[in-house]
Amino acid sequence: MTDRATGITSGGDQAVVRSRRLRTAFAALGMLPVLVLLAAGFQFINPRFLTQTNLLIVTQQSSINIVLAAGMTFVILTGGIDLSVGSILAASAMVAVIVSLVPEWGMLGVPAAILVGLGFGLIINGLLVAYIKLPPFIVTLGSLTAVRGVARLLGQDTTVFNSDLPFDFIGNGSLFGIPWLAIIALSVVVLSWLVLKRTVLGTWIYAVGGNAEAARLTGIKVPLVLLFVYGVSGLLAGLGGAMSAARLYAANGLQLGQSYELDAIAAVILGGTSFVGGVGSIWGTLIGGLIIAVLSNGLILAGVSDIWQYIIKGLVIIVAVALDRYRLQTGART
Amino acid sequence: MTAAVQTDMARQPVLEMRHISKTFGAIRALQDVSLTVHAGELHALMGENGAGKSTLMKVLSGAYRPDAGGEILIDGIAAATGDPIKARAHGIAVIYQELSLAPNLTVAQNIFLGNEPRRFGVVDRDQCNRRAKEIIARLSVSFSARALVSSLSLGERQLVEIARALSTSARIIVMDEPTTSLTSRETDRLFEVIATLKSQGIAIIYISHRMEEVYQLADRVSVLRDSGYVGTLDRADLNASRLVSMMVGRDLSAFYKKDHRPPDSKRAVALSVRGMSDGNLLKDCSFDLHKGEVLALAGLVGSGRTELARLIFGADKRTAGTLELDGKPISIGSPREALDAGIAYLTEDRKELGLFLDMSIADNVNFGVLAKDAKAGGLRDFATAERRAAKAVSDLAIRTRSVQANAGSLSGGNQQKVLLARLLETEPKVLILDEPTRGVDVGAKSEIYRLIDNLANKGIAILMISSELPEVIGVADRVLVMRDGTIAGEVTASEGAPLSQEKIMEFATGAAQP
Repeated sequence: MTDRATGITSGGDQAVVRSRRLRTAFAALGMLPVLVLLAAGFQFINPRFLTQTNLLIVTQQSSINIVLAAGMTFVILTGGIDLSVGSILAASAMVAVIVSLVPEWGMLGVPAAILVGLGFGLIINGLLVAYIKLPPFIVTLGSLTAVRGVARLLGQDTTVFNSDLPFDFIGNGSLFGIPWLAIIALSVVVLSWLVLKRTVLGTWIYAVGGNAEAARLTGIKVPLVLLFVYGVSGLLAGLGGAMSAARLYAANGLQLGQSYELDAIAAVILGGTSFVGGVGSIWGTLIGGLIIAVLSNGLILAGVSDIWQYIIKGLVIIVAVALDRYRLQTGART
Repeated sequence: MTAAVQTDMARQPVLEMRHISKTFGAIRALQDVSLTVHAGELHALMGENGAGKSTLMKVLSGAYRPDAGGEILIDGIAAATGDPIKARAHGIAVIYQELSLAPNLTVAQNIFLGNEPRRFGVVDRDQCNRRAKEIIARLSVSFSARALVSSLSLGERQLVEIARALSTSARIIVMDEPTTSLTSRETDRLFEVIATLKSQGIAIIYISHRMEEVYQLADRVSVLRDSGYVGTLDRADLNASRLVSMMVGRDLSAFYKKDHRPPDSKRAVALSVRGMSDGNLLKDCSFDLHKGEVLALAGLVGSGRTELARLIFGADKRTAGTLELDGKPISIGSPREALDAGIAYLTEDRKELGLFLDMSIADNVNFGVLAKDAKAGGLRDFATAERRAAKAVSDLAIRTRSVQANAGSLSGGNQQKVLLARLLETEPKVLILDEPTRGVDVGAKSEIYRLIDNLANKGIAILMISSELPEVIGVADRVLVMRDGTIAGEVTASEGAPLSQEKIMEFATGAAQP
């Protein structure tokens, strides 16, 4: 709508800034009521839900998915998708455990896992999407399968163990009573927010997702931005692999991380990030990840069978997103 | 009131919109607008962007429900409002600027899309093709009902849209800027079709910014301004200055502004283009662009003007050609390199290729200088960005409540100014403007002309692509005319004689050889 008032007034400026902030907060936190409602409902069914012990379990369970979903947020903001994160997590976890078995150098398992993840993200997904210009869905569907094979190859298709894992505190230790897993996940979210909202690169990511061709004509090096987001997604999947290995003291190339990519995508979409790119926030992803974890945990506490857990989880995701879209459509946009 | 209108009044109008108002929250988009349209009449609807034309048409098509008190009468009988399906049943069809055809389907399939003739529950292909053929015959066009829409030109696709409207027995057809992307031949074709439709008693509401078209076609013209109804002129009373002053509410004595000196041979060459080819359309294009000059690139749609501009800017790959900037050879392989060298390009398609509609005006203005302004570690410098944006808003008179508002919330003219501001922030030496006033209202147009004039006076070399000849004549110092991917000729102003419109058309159509 055209505003016929000429020039700008400071009063109007403040009002728009305020409404813009409100809208951003609303979009990011739009799913917060769902999270609160779910928690309240589960508490009603089983009073053990809102206990310190259980909440710590929920944060621990959600942390790996939130780390993957943070990487996924970068990718989806550019209008892409990364289906390979579960497989990359498995391969990285294998590397983490294998390296941890090297005497004296066991701690290197963590950076090794992260580097492996970064490598897969950059060299396979990033290069193919950014420079060969293949569709992200196809590329990462391919690497989903291929990297899964690599993960199995790494342990000759067996489970690798290390009961004396030098970095097991990551998976099972706490700092001031807060699990390291949760601290890492929250740090990743804060760092992601910093990159997305406070750096030039972050603005470029939103621009590429909003309109890739316009971004190119504006002088943005679109391939570099794409390379970066797939690199970040791979790197965080690698970090997720290290976290997973640290939690389990073991890794299995076949089973670990199966369908993790779907939970990560669900968290991003629940968080209000647009599937076509350009719109979304990392805080939304955090809430989306927590909703998924609360659902899983609450349904178990409520004594719901494994089969029904799947059905309910799927339906809740669909309904939540449908409500969100409805809310945005009927919102202030004229 | 004139005699002609009075005789019209004697007849039952096919459409009457009475006291239509529409508010969105606190914003009044329409205020007590009335419109009467007769069968077989072409009623032009004019007004600046944001004046309310599109909203009025959305009320007509049922997309919006008018506020209480407004009513729509079809053949004198009150019709339901706010219901697109009923509006269609009443014979109202809207042909939008953005064509809504499925390119992978045939003409016949598109005409009956969503409304397919059926037999035994399945689509009756024969009937579909036969009826499509009949409708197409009414328009006397050259393509077949079985042709794929993707094989048709933009102009032909528009005719398919009209055929689709006819297939639903439309009696009132709304055309929203139908000639924007048509070549002059296609435009003529469309006008013939419009005449045919009128002779068949169909009423046409025709939205356009182009004065010449309205002169040529309109039986009556209604003008909206600032969401309100200004008045209706009969064909006999049409005159340009009256129409313009009705639209803008003020007198535009100096519409075009050209203060900068005409080019002289002593002026330094800013950009020298030699032998540009793209291996496809463009063949061996060479020219010089001087400092402080406005050089227009004229020619018909499809003659290669945008392609040449994109090649210079590094947006597409060239197969041959060299560039010199300020006498030094430069190599440009990407838009980034062009911007670094000091060449900026304003796209003709600001929504698809220019703006980030979901991002703020401040971000949109600053895109070219984000990296330059960044603090250590690649952190954004929000204070500088805000300052640059605020200055651009006041310098270019961008009408917005705040630099934090979304670019998508602005009207066409203000969006264009935001895009211009982005280019100017990069402090270019050469500015390529591709249809700088397309889809921009009269008021913003004159502001953009003034801006171009100021920039040229500051010594910036400007290459302006334009399809509007009055604009080319009014703004440019010198004109290059393109035809079929080559530069067909150059038109300069000579002593006392202004740039010749006829000469430009002769080069553009191939009637004259250089």
